[in-house]
Amino acid sequence: MTATAIRMEELRRDFGAVRAVDGLTLEVPAGTVFGFLGPNGAGKTTTIRLLLGLLEPTAGRAVVLGFDTRTQAAEIRARTGALLEHSGLYEQLSAEDNLEFYGRAWRLPAAERQKRIREVLGEMGLWERRKERMGNWSRGMRQKLALARAQLHRPALLLLDEPTAGLDVMAAVAVRDDLAALATRQGSTIFLTTHNMAEAEKLCRQVAVIRQGKLLAVGTPDALRAHAGGPRVEIIGRGFGEQALALLRERPEVAAVGVQNDHLTLDLRAEADTAPLVSLLVGAGVQVEEVRRGKASLEEVFLTLMEEEK
Amino acid sequence: MIADILAVLWKEMKELSLRQGRGLGRGLLGTLIIPLVFGIFLPWQEGRRWVSTSPFPLIFSVWMPLLFVSSVVADSFAGERERHTLETLLASRLSEGAILFGKLAAAVSYAWGMTMISLLLGLVTVNLIYGRGELLLYPAETAGSMVLLSLLGAGLMGGIGVLVSLRSPTVRQAQQVMSLVSMVLLFGVIYGLRALPLAWREALLRPLLAAGVKQVVLFALAALLLLDGVLLAAAMARFRRARLILD
Repeated sequence: MTATAIRMEELRRDFGAVRAVDGLTLEVPAGTVFGFLGPNGAGKTTTIRLLLGLLEPTAGRAVVLGFDTRTQAAEIRARTGALLEHSGLYEQLSAEDNLEFYGRAWRLPAAERQKRIREVLGEMGLWERRKERMGNWSRGMRQKLALARAQLHRPALLLLDEPTAGLDVMAAVAVRDDLAALATRQGSTIFLTTHNMAEAEKLCRQVAVIRQGKLLAVGTPDALRAHAGGPRVEIIGRGFGEQALALLRERPEVAAVGVQNDHLTLDLRAEADTAPLVSLLVGAGVQVEEVRRGKASLEEVFLTLMEEEK
Repeated sequence: MIADILAVLWKEMKELSLRQGRGLGRGLLGTLIIPLVFGIFLPWQEGRRWVSTSPFPLIFSVWMPLLFVSSVVADSFAGERERHTLETLLASRLSEGAILFGKLAAAVSYAWGMTMISLLLGLVTVNLIYGRGELLLYPAETAGSMVLLSLLGAGLMGGIGVLVSLRSPTVRQAQQVMSLVSMVLLFGVIYGLRALPLAWREALLRPLLAAGVKQVVLFALAALLLLDGVLLAAAMARFRRARLILD
């Protein structure tokens, strides 16, 4: 396998006058979990369809696992597992028969097929329910089964389109745990689209943010946080009066001051020492109860990027 | 390619059998009514002629598959689209040809199988009621013609059905179009011929009437084979992943 699992070069896709993907240039290293973040309608699903060779690019190119999506799409699909917008499961069939069909489609020999079906259903906690018609299953269980199907043939690359979208909190956590276990266990490359920042933060080693088909940022979650802003201090206490806030705003290391009830948030310009700031507040009559250093969440990074783009 | 076609065929037959099983009282009765009419009622009415001089077995061997195919083929692609399973199927390693032939093979083998069962049932009915100890069989030429005509007839309707299903957003719409096509095929020939001026009609039918049954059957087989080939080529040309994703 090549060191780069996916390479996009000025990838573009138009639907009439609408530009769904707008000159994406991006590399996804092999063996990583890569998050592709963006709001609804950002072009995430179109990008997955382009990577699978289900749609042809209007311009530019994409190379997946060393194969060109335009001319070698069948080779890509043979080595890829996909969980798309819909789970794509056959509701009339049992869970086992759904996997049996895709096992046959991926030409797994009968003995190997049975072994893998048992393995993946076992890993997802669905083995006991394998004979049930899955039309009656909850959305969370269906998603687990779809995930089992996507990895049945041990693909080198998994393309997952919003795998936890529409799930309740418990089901989403369960699917997220399965994904985390899958990434550790299998060592495949996982390309995951989501608009759930917590999910990306938990699972992804690298993330890219897109909006209206354009790439806004790419890097590790930490690098993106650094891009979006410096370190942050949260102070919990009482008596955050105007005088104290004015003193803080005068300090060169303080980039922004925000207060809400008993919470004061300070965005710092660099890795500044917090102690003088706390002393300043105490001197101004503030009763400090707790001081926490932190970083911007990926969600805040995402919102900052969206604002910048606007 | 063969293994891939068989994989699709396996899935289609499994779904079809489960659908029929769950539709007991509605779907199953609808399926059984044709073998009951053409396998029991009509042979019983026709008597010993059913296996000797009656033209009905030959005519029904073309007509029955049309009915059987149209009841299942509408679901082939429109059903996948409606149930949101099509995109995942297209994202698999299966080729366009394997998916198309697998689905077509499922519809054709179901219709052909049911037609064969109906014709065999007719044979059993005639033997039980009119046999009187003698074994009544279809003449070899008639039996061979029925086997081939029903297979090619199923292929014809299967090809039309796949094309209709590829274009239809829902199963219901595909079924409606298929019903219309069946009506046109059945009544279009009858009323179309009647609408022609007498001289034209005679000019068309004279060679057929003069030719005899054997030549007519051979002509029908050749025409069906040609039509099946044309429809298959059209379905292959129509079946493109990108087009199906965007439809």
